[in-house]
Amino acid sequence: MAPITDTVAVAPPANRTGAHPAWVGLRRLLAHPAGLVAFIVVLGLVACALFAPWIAPYDPVKIAPRIRFQGPSWEHWLGTDQLGRDVLSRVIYGTGVALKVALSGTLAALLIGATLGIVGGLSRGSVDGALLLLCDAMRSLPLILFALAIVAIYGPSLATLIAIIAFSMAPGYFRVVRNQVLVLRSMDFVAASQSMGASLPRIALTHLVPNLLGPIIVLIAMDIPAVIGIESGLSFLGQGIQPPDPSWGSMLSDGYSFIRQAPHLAIAAGLPVIVSTVAFTFLGEALRDVLDPKSSRGRG
Amino acid sequence: MGSYVIRQACLAVGVLLTAIIILFCLIYLVPGDPATVALGPRASAEQKDVFRQAMGLDQPIPVQAVRFLGNLLKGDLGTDLLTRQPVLTLVASALPRTVTLALVGLGWALIVGIPLGCLSALRPNSGIDRLIGVFSTSVIALPSFLLAIYALILFAVVLRWLPAMGAGEPGDIPDQITHLILPAFAVGLGWVGYIARLVRASLLETLQENHIRTYRAFGVSDMRITLRFALPIAMIPVVAVIGVGLGSLLSGAVLVEVVFSRPGLGSLALQAVTSRNSPVLVGTVLVTTLLYVVANFATDLLAAFLDPRIRKEG
Repeated sequence: MAPITDTVAVAPPANRTGAHPAWVGLRRLLAHPAGLVAFIVVLGLVACALFAPWIAPYDPVKIAPRIRFQGPSWEHWLGTDQLGRDVLSRVIYGTGVALKVALSGTLAALLIGATLGIVGGLSRGSVDGALLLLCDAMRSLPLILFALAIVAIYGPSLATLIAIIAFSMAPGYFRVVRNQVLVLRSMDFVAASQSMGASLPRIALTHLVPNLLGPIIVLIAMDIPAVIGIESGLSFLGQGIQPPDPSWGSMLSDGYSFIRQAPHLAIAAGLPVIVSTVAFTFLGEALRDVLDPKSSRGRG
Repeated sequence: MGSYVIRQACLAVGVLLTAIIILFCLIYLVPGDPATVALGPRASAEQKDVFRQAMGLDQPIPVQAVRFLGNLLKGDLGTDLLTRQPVLTLVASALPRTVTLALVGLGWALIVGIPLGCLSALRPNSGIDRLIGVFSTSVIALPSFLLAIYALILFAVVLRWLPAMGAGEPGDIPDQITHLILPAFAVGLGWVGYIARLVRASLLETLQENHIRTYRAFGVSDMRITLRFALPIAMIPVVAVIGVGLGSLLSGAVLVEVVFSRPGLGSLALQAVTSRNSPVLVGTVLVTTLLYVVANFATDLLAAFLDPRIRKEG
């Protein structure tokens, strides 16, 4: 779990064709070989999350004591667990839990970070300084231990988990938004529109949001693997998603308890974590290449 | 240099104080009765009284805050709710084990990652560069505890080459080393990719600089330019970024320790969280935060010492 460095805020590339920028971005992403593969895998994960009841071959919580600890077979592709539940079905249902936590956590972080970033960038001075200090302090707390302390105080629940993720990821968004606000403040065209009587919300909407979209999309794609790592780590310790909800981390924890008897359980529960973290990392990289012309120049 | 050191030191103290305030708010400003929230609804009145007394919850909040900070300055992190031992003693005995694991993991990652980064930067966009790039991006986000579980299954359960549990017999150094191999592998693998990418990017940028071009004009070989002249300069930003990443290195080590049942901060924190022993956890967080801030301050100074430009632009 190595950290991911701040992405530099850069304006999206100029759009000469007149097509909607989102389409231009998507077309470039699909032309990027690693981006295309990662995008398809991520779409597959989203499909698993949305259509789990139709895709999963069995009920993920149905207990069948007679077929406990079965290895992979044609009936059960990833085998069965200590209660005879179908592992593949649990993995598929777990996708929904993992993506729900990852998306709500990062979106909450974005909301907190962006709000504070705009406040900090506009006010500058001591308010900005205090926010920067707060941001540095949040980053200096060791994530897993801090999360365990919070769980010990507030109890393990989905809400606690999302709150921990939101607060630990917010500093990244704060920095990106604040820096972009500072850059825009010093631009002549912003001063010009201000002198023409444009209101602050209008300036934010027409100048700030388009400039931030690229870096923030990249940051979200880069944060999701980290969030999946935190969620599965905490659930592995029994302090994240609570049973009987199928989560990859708690399945890993079950598999770990029976690691000598049935190692296929832990291996199977780890596969979706590997697939999703790697896919989102490659997607984030590809998005950065596509949305940020500077970094692709650095590569050549 | 002097004013730079003083400014960074003030910043470090400020960050540490702010982190303490965040923790204080989270413990003491719990909505409802903190004792009930912490111990759960089934706790007896007696248990809650013990908890309130241990945490000083019977006092008004400003008094609690001053007492909390005062105790920290004296080195008193509170007492374990179950064993009544001072938290500082518990953390102090667990911390060196975790730090050892983290440093060994980082160490092998540096030994492997720096050459990989150099190899990439020497032949940008070649087959080997692409291969290293795909490898780095793949391992960078993999949770280290997951790598630990897979390594445990492969090397300890299936092949039986290496031990699966514990940290080895105390005093038996070879035994301790064999117990360290798999955990250190799991902690470091993501960092190999991370360091390889950092070194590659930083090295490519350095190789563009004028003084490097001059060496090239004098006919110095590419290999010699890269290793002798460019790499030391390129390592400066790498040092700074590693400093920022030390927190996640420690988090990774904590989870890996649990997988391999090694004594350390991981098992201490896991025991504490299952018994909702929050003073132990808060103490663990405080000590590791202090460690992180000090380590970061040290890497900042190291980077500034190596590169005079950092001191000036500040």
